[in-house]
Amino acid sequence: MIRTASAILRKDLRIELRTKETVPAMTLFTVTVYVLFHFGLDRDSLDGELASGVLWVTLLLAAVIGVTRLFATEREQGGIDSLLLAPVDRTALFVAKAAALFLYLLLLEVVAVPVFGLLLLGPDLFDALPELALILLLADVGLAAVGALVSALAAETRARELIVPLLLLPLVVPLLIGAASATEPLLREGGQSEDLGRYLALLGGYDLVFVLIALGVFDYLLDD
Amino acid sequence: MSEPPALELEGLERRYGERIALSGVTLRLEPGQTLAVIGANGAGKSTLLRVLAGLLRPHSGSARVLGAQLPGETWRVRARIGYLGHDPLLYRELSGRENLVYQSRLYGLPIERVDEALAEVGLERRSGEPVRDLSKGMVQRLAAARATLHAPDLLLLDEPRANLDPAAAERLEPLIGRASGRARVLVTHDVDAALAETDVVLGLRGGRQAFALPVAELNRQRTRELYT
Amino acid sequence: MYSKGFKPLAIATVVAIAASFALVFFYAPLDADQGFVQKIFYVHVPMAIVALCGFVAGGIMAIKHLRTGDRSWDMRSYVAIHLSIILGTGVLITGAIWAKASWGHWWLWDEPVLVSFLIVFLLYCVYYPLRFSIEDPDRQARYSSVFAIAAGAFVPINFAAVRLAEAVTHPRVLSQTGGNLPGEMRLTFLVSIVAMTLLFVTLWKLELTAKNASMQLKSLRRRLELRADESAPAAPVRTTA
Repeated sequence: MIRTASAILRKDLRIELRTKETVPAMTLFTVTVYVLFHFGLDRDSLDGELASGVLWVTLLLAAVIGVTRLFATEREQGGIDSLLLAPVDRTALFVAKAAALFLYLLLLEVVAVPVFGLLLLGPDLFDALPELALILLLADVGLAAVGALVSALAAETRARELIVPLLLLPLVVPLLIGAASATEPLLREGGQSEDLGRYLALLGGYDLVFVLIALGVFDYLLDD
Repeated sequence: MSEPPALELEGLERRYGERIALSGVTLRLEPGQTLAVIGANGAGKSTLLRVLAGLLRPHSGSARVLGAQLPGETWRVRARIGYLGHDPLLYRELSGRENLVYQSRLYGLPIERVDEALAEVGLERRSGEPVRDLSKGMVQRLAAARATLHAPDLLLLDEPRANLDPAAAERLEPLIGRASGRARVLVTHDVDAALAETDVVLGLRGGRQAFALPVAELNRQRTRELYT
Repeated sequence: MYSKGFKPLAIATVVAIAASFALVFFYAPLDADQGFVQKIFYVHVPMAIVALCGFVAGGIMAIKHLRTGDRSWDMRSYVAIHLSIILGTGVLITGAIWAKASWGHWWLWDEPVLVSFLIVFLLYCVYYPLRFSIEDPDRQARYSSVFAIAAGAFVPINFAAVRLAEAVTHPRVLSQTGGNLPGEMRLTFLVSIVAMTLLFVTLWKLELTAKNASMQLKSLRRRLELRADESAPAAPVRTTA
């Protein structure tokens, strides 16, 4: 199964590298929104609660773009038939797509978080970095799993571009709560973490539950 | 122990909601034989192919493909079935070679198979170009390479010669034609050509089996009735 | 199939509702701060609890559907979720009325439980467009079940997350229901929950019976049409609307 998943992942990454359709869109969107906030909030710099909220909500909205496009190549080009015909474990498709989304999110954050630090953050981003990286990683796992599931669910519907955000955003609210609450004290002057363990546990729990659920139900989405 | 029949279908049925997509399909096909499926548009020919490919489940009746009962045992024979449908199932942004390499990974085939297959369909020179730059005929040839990469025992072909000039069609003969020695299910509108290379003919009308006969017993009147 | 034991159930529901009304109006004490309006609590909270349980139950029925392939489980799941959404609307409305009457605002953003419920409600609102945008009936049922399972798991997680993040819990209600309810209120509250649950189950059975009957009718009608088609393909068949 892992071999199949890696074959699918490599194929997807190769296509993404050629078409450059997903990651640039997500990144451009995020940077643009941060710029908008920079001007729209009429504040020189943010910290704490507000900073954390702006950072995370924008990342989630960018994730919607990634999720909507996740099965696009399958829909528009090869179709998943080639996978369904092959003697492989179909869960590999979920693993591959979730892994792809995870990588796209990481790439997005590598660019977007420093931009956020420059444009909007009052306190120095550098102090918060190690803990922030951990929070981002955990959140990305959950986002990737839920995103892949939602993407597959919405893949066959007609109003896909509407349904994806409506489905994804409520589902990731616990993720948002955990991530934003954990990030908030980090983005204050002095940047000490508070209750970090508690929120990491929430993120970890969320990740575990939804990865397991997604692995359990994904097959039924492909079965005809 | 002799080989099981390529196909053993009994009262095969598939619905779309309340509508009948396939009904009453009953026939038997021996290894190496060809089955031609004819009928008007929407008669269920493509649906039948997809059921045999394991892409759709039968709703009732029985279907044994290469000895395996669908849908429970499909996994046993997936590696022995080749499907060439309307969709070439190729990624347009990738090259022909990359597409076949991906396919070979899905089927666990050695990488050398890819070059062999490209040579078989005469696309070695253009295998590095993205599929979207290839002509329809080349895409079809590539799709045939994809479908036969794993040397299947059963070929499911939906209008395989569409978009092919006679030279290209002839080139593909050893791969997907009678000469390949493989059991084949051939969906086509070209009834005369089909009858020339077939052992058994299945006529579908509105999803229902009108007849399933050895080609020798078929008269042209019956085939014409399918299209009224 | 679903109407077994319906009559005693319906009777029990009516009795429970009557009992709970009686208790609410005549037995439960008047709240010192909020006065009569506080009694909405006996509708609002049981409704919320039953709706949330309905969502989770819908998820469990969806699991059964996927595991057995039996479409009747999907129907049960759909009706449970459908009814819970309706109840959910009631929760939000009664919550708003209560909030406005007691504290002067139509909505309280700093009440985590209310906001959690809103998120769950918004999520489930997508159930309809998702379901009905898929045309193939088989696939529609399967995808709906997948959604029901993911959303059903989401309900407890969402509330846990909100609980974790807020040190402050829904003070006005939960501090009361957290075992601090005085005897009369507790009894009234419990009876209200029982009544609401019975009402839910009764409506659930009722809707399932109706749906089942109409499905059988449609199926019979279609088979009749097909039969007529086969025997006389040339002559047009008239079916009554």
